[in-house]
Amino acid sequence: MSAGHLEPGDSVAVLDVDVPGHIRTPFYVRGKRGVIEREVGRFRNPEELAYGRSGEPKRMLYRVRFAQAEVWPDYEGPDVDTIDVDIYEHWLRKV
Amino acid sequence: MHIGHDHPHAHGEAHAGPGHEGGDPHAPPGDHDDTLDYYRKLEIAVRELLIEKNVLSADEIRRTVESYDSRTPEGGARVVARAWVDPEFKALLLKDATAACESLGFDMNVFDVKLTVVENTPSEHNVIVCTLCSCYPRMLLGMPPAWYKSRAYRSRLVREPRAVLREFGTVLPDDVSVRVHDSTADLRYIVLPMRPEGSEHLSEAQLAQLVSRDSMVGVTTIPPVAP
Amino acid sequence: MKGYHDIGGEAAGEIPKHEHDMLLWEKRVEAMLLLLSQKGVMRVDENRRGLESVGAEIYHGAGYAQRRIQSISTNLIGKGLISIEELAAKVADIDRRTDILP
Repeated sequence: MSAGHLEPGDSVAVLDVDVPGHIRTPFYVRGKRGVIEREVGRFRNPEELAYGRSGEPKRMLYRVRFAQAEVWPDYEGPDVDTIDVDIYEHWLRKV
Repeated sequence: MHIGHDHPHAHGEAHAGPGHEGGDPHAPPGDHDDTLDYYRKLEIAVRELLIEKNVLSADEIRRTVESYDSRTPEGGARVVARAWVDPEFKALLLKDATAACESLGFDMNVFDVKLTVVENTPSEHNVIVCTLCSCYPRMLLGMPPAWYKSRAYRSRLVREPRAVLREFGTVLPDDVSVRVHDSTADLRYIVLPMRPEGSEHLSEAQLAQLVSRDSMVGVTTIPPVAP
Repeated sequence: MKGYHDIGGEAAGEIPKHEHDMLLWEKRVEAMLLLLSQKGVMRVDENRRGLESVGAEIYHGAGYAQRRIQSISTNLIGKGLISIEELAAKVADIDRRTDILP
């Protein structure tokens, strides 16, 4: 399910799936479209670390920038407002 | 290594009366309650057991508490003031905040996370939250304030940042984009506020005094300096 | 199912602005968390998962340090580092100690 290598500027969508476990992709961005703002680096997977496992191999973390108007249908604010969320590669797909 | 009961502290806490240890009358109930509740007893029990089992020592717990006490927003303010007066430092801060802070003598290795600085400009205002828990740039600012950890802040900032900022007295025009950062992973964010108007004549130390914790979280801006 | 901790975007009231100087016991909770993580005994991620399991009542009803010590305790029990029996004996001992104080 990995997105493969993503570059700053790539359009991505967050997977719109609902599964249990320790997940650091907040519900409010599931299924939303954004843009890769930067590649942050490789880190051990918190979903695995949460159960005392090694979290290896490391996963790529991306900062994804979303337009607030995309995330909230009723957003009260100008179109220039954004929200950045740090999301792991396996929660993103290129669009 | 100290093994066994940490009696003086246990007794001290059992006797904690109103006002002891800085109890806040406006804080949630229980903070100046004399009796040990379930959770406070749990803390004592877990701590003593971990010490008895040599998992932790009383000494290192004490030293860690002291180290936490020594980290305050004044640390962040020093970094901000330096960035305002030294363009090379500012460039390093934006590229590698850990290295920049280490160059000022901060121990950045304590927590297994990476500090990132986001810069406010005339067209961009940044503000930080952790919706999933309460991740906060402790290595530079110390412990998070109660409001940052509150359910209301964590819920509302991402969805209605301008309304939240207004609650903190901050109003931004529509041509300034508000950029929220939700620290969901191993990055910890602090905001580099804009240097206030009228501060050109101030020394670095005086500049640092202007930088509040709230401006480094991004809920406030630093007002112009009165002439 | 959305976890009860995953609250970004939910409706909520005014943000409480009071400052809360952490009490010593609360700082010790933070200290233990940090030390346990540094020593590889219990990572922050495990503690977060524990927080996501304490139940909505404790998570949203009890205070910050309260839910963290709850999570630490259940995690330590789960890892076999402390047993419920030991914990119970220790808590009973604390009750006895504080009972005899005026």
